Amino acid sequence: MRQTCNSDGGVGSTENVQARGITLLSIFVDTPTAEPNPETKLLADFKTDTHLSKVYLAGREYLNKEGQTSVSPLVGKIMQQICTDPTLCPEYPSSFGLPEFTRRATELVLGRDCHAIVENRVLGVQTVGCTGAVRLGAELLKHWYNVSGVWCGPVYLSSPCDDSLAGIFEAAGIQDVRRYRYWDTEQRGVGVQKMMEDLEMAPEQSVIVLSASAHCPTGSDLSQKHWRLLTQLMVRCRFFPFFLLPAQGLCHGDVQQDAWPVRLCASLGMELLCAQSFSHSFGLYGERVGHLLCVLKQSSTLLAVQSQAEKQVRALWSRPSVRGARVVATVLSNPAHHVEWQEGVKSMVERGILVRERLREKLRLLGCPGSWDHLIQQGGLYCCTGLNVQQVEFLEKRRHIYLHPNGCLNPQFCLAAPPGSLQRRHTPKLAVWLCLSTHRIIRVSCLRSPLPSL
Amino acid sequence: MPASRHFCQKVPQATPVAVFKLSNDFKEDPNPMKVNLGVGAYRTDEGQPWVLPVVKKVEKLIVADNRLNHEYLPILGLPEFRSSASKIALGEDSPAIQENRVGAVQCLGGTGALKMGAEFLRRWYNGNDNMKTPVYVSAPTWENHNSVFANAGFEDVRPYKYWDAEKRGLDLAGFLGDLETAPKHSIFVLHACAHNPTGTDPTHMEWTQVAEVMKRRKLFVFFDSAYQGFASGCLDKDAWAVRYFVTQGFEMFCAQSFSKNFGLYNERVGNLTIVARDADNVRRVLSQMEKIVRVTWSNPPSQGARLVAITLNTAELFAEWKDNVKTMADRVLLMRASLQAKLQALGTPGTWDHITQQIGMFSFTGLNPKQVEYMIKERSIYLMASGRINMCGLTTKNIDYVAKSIHETVVNVQ
Repeated sequence: MRQTCNSDGGVGSTENVQARGITLLSIFVDTPTAEPNPETKLLADFKTDTHLSKVYLAGREYLNKEGQTSVSPLVGKIMQQICTDPTLCPEYPSSFGLPEFTRRATELVLGRDCHAIVENRVLGVQTVGCTGAVRLGAELLKHWYNVSGVWCGPVYLSSPCDDSLAGIFEAAGIQDVRRYRYWDTEQRGVGVQKMMEDLEMAPEQSVIVLSASAHCPTGSDLSQKHWRLLTQLMVRCRFFPFFLLPAQGLCHGDVQQDAWPVRLCASLGMELLCAQSFSHSFGLYGERVGHLLCVLKQSSTLLAVQSQAEKQVRALWSRPSVRGARVVATVLSNPAHHVEWQEGVKSMVERGILVRERLREKLRLLGCPGSWDHLIQQGGLYCCTGLNVQQVEFLEKRRHIYLHPNGCLNPQFCLAAPPGSLQRRHTPKLAVWLCLSTHRIIRVSCLRSPLPSL
Repeated sequence: MPASRHFCQKVPQATPVAVFKLSNDFKEDPNPMKVNLGVGAYRTDEGQPWVLPVVKKVEKLIVADNRLNHEYLPILGLPEFRSSASKIALGEDSPAIQENRVGAVQCLGGTGALKMGAEFLRRWYNGNDNMKTPVYVSAPTWENHNSVFANAGFEDVRPYKYWDAEKRGLDLAGFLGDLETAPKHSIFVLHACAHNPTGTDPTHMEWTQVAEVMKRRKLFVFFDSAYQGFASGCLDKDAWAVRYFVTQGFEMFCAQSFSKNFGLYNERVGNLTIVARDADNVRRVLSQMEKIVRVTWSNPPSQGARLVAITLNTAELFAEWKDNVKTMADRVLLMRASLQAKLQALGTPGTWDHITQQIGMFSFTGLNPKQVEYMIKERSIYLMASGRINMCGLTTKNIDYVAKSIHETVVNVQ
């Protein structure tokens, strides 16, 4: 078949694949359909559910009073300023991102006078969200944790944890991913003893992924007393802590308290990694503002580590996107903005606590068996109800209320939306009532008004 | 108790990325006459970065639009960005688009698109586990091609002959020869236009020869398209090779970057376009891409993609963008013509036609490493050791200095 090629760039006569009449197998023919990730599947099931009162409680975002994601007026104003700023140039940022951002993100976690910062043994890299930070950390561990070659694990994740975590380490080539028990169904909280038991059994120099605060997906965190015990164990067993800090400030309403475990380890002279996200605390989900913090033992290795981190970033995404990081840097470097931001975060937390308290109160009024105190003891974005798999399925299939399969939900999605609002996720005047029977499958009532009789 | 092993205890210093080092050295040079010809971005005649007027306009629209939120994008990216970006590469009337066998993944710039494509191919191309499948990149090529594929797990990344240093042009025979001898199903990374770093593209006839061998030997086509519109000033012209391969029935990947042609270097706007036999194959490929994206960056950044999507999907803005692109391309062409004319006027030894024959941002001057070193040390003119210059670093104010310096270098240093 002849092709004619014109000098003006056009292509001469062609034929399309189908007209050729030859069956050609695609080179992708062996590619199987991937299992959808659990969250995508849950949302897809919710979307195809035609029931009028359906409710989705597994969202990943913080919601405002209107039940929507939003940015604060401060952030909105700064975004406007950035847009009209003539001094900002469209240059490639460095692979480490904006220096002002990494500096502030580092200080936010460790505190400005942290020894590690003063002694110049801290590296900060702007990443594509928290996922990007974990991925970059995993790549660094794979290449450099083991002096004699590639390191393949073991890395320990909490059970449960965010369902993409294991995949991130595996994608980086770390195949040996294990779990430590974390959520205790009976206690409806962190099963510290079982957690310590599992970690005692871990090989020396294992990497342990720990949630500094606002554990995903349970919302249950260790107390300071337990953190001290855990760090003693980690020092003794020479474990390497890899912290997750996805919502600093949004757990206790206090950035210092939320980062306390990281600061504790740093103060003990430990080396560590910490993956941070600014999605929730700034409402900048789509901007993908993340940060990987590396605290090293020796400042002598800093430049070399920096060069290797750059190499890894180059092969992942080359450089991060700047917009969101610029907003965060602008807020964090201006004392007045910083204060305003912290107040905003605090009020988000207060609203979150109110919702949890309401939920607990409603359950108490209904006479639900069991204790529901864990709802207000948990903090941050998520809440683990303690419902089991069958109960969650009942809620979904029979009541059209969608939770994570592990019984976790985002309490903010239970907020009653103003009357007349049109959001799909927030039916007006809806509150979710969880009524448990220890002997029966749960029943859930969707409250319109008045209270249903049980 | 034995001493603890430290994380990164014995980390060696990585070799610095050459182009970054060059930029740093330039920054620290106090010579007021210094010129940076290593920069990888567009510069105006005042030597400044340029925010495209259409970009400024659309940014204001975005900021003013209350309906736009800051929520997570879908894992594969903004749908209207993905489809309009693919249309730009393949053409509005592409048979593949009409036959519904095109898919796309929004990525972090061109690098991100290459990364996603590489990760997919390593896992799923031609049966599982392609760690040993050879990946061919041009000699020379953008040096990050090697890292992206190696880090994705490909153990065998090799060069294919491309640049003929003696004739200062394409080594077609060598290129075709390597295509003939490559193991079947090898992956070839092709530059869609404005080859980086040589600025030398195959002619249409030469592309047809390349395509013929690749089809016969069942080699995988992976286009890298970072300069569409920027090379000739015309989007369609610059996409000729990609579109030709589609009409030849190839299945392929095309990694697109909008960093240069939109001047959105810091927003990381890229797209991986996937052309397959049919919609079912596209669907399965995209489902696997989702998994890969999920463990790399989860979902891509929204700002840049939104901007590009609005521009491409609004007729007046699209026209304005094409005009802005042409402005950039025309300035580059002007600098090429000026430099060549000045070297000829100076009687600089050698031929300098390649400066105007090459296309896009870069030119392989033909200066050897010693001459490059002389340019840097003695004249404070910064260019890559390969002799590559970025035409955007030239301005009407510095072009005389640069031309005289090249002349002096060629005459005094061999």
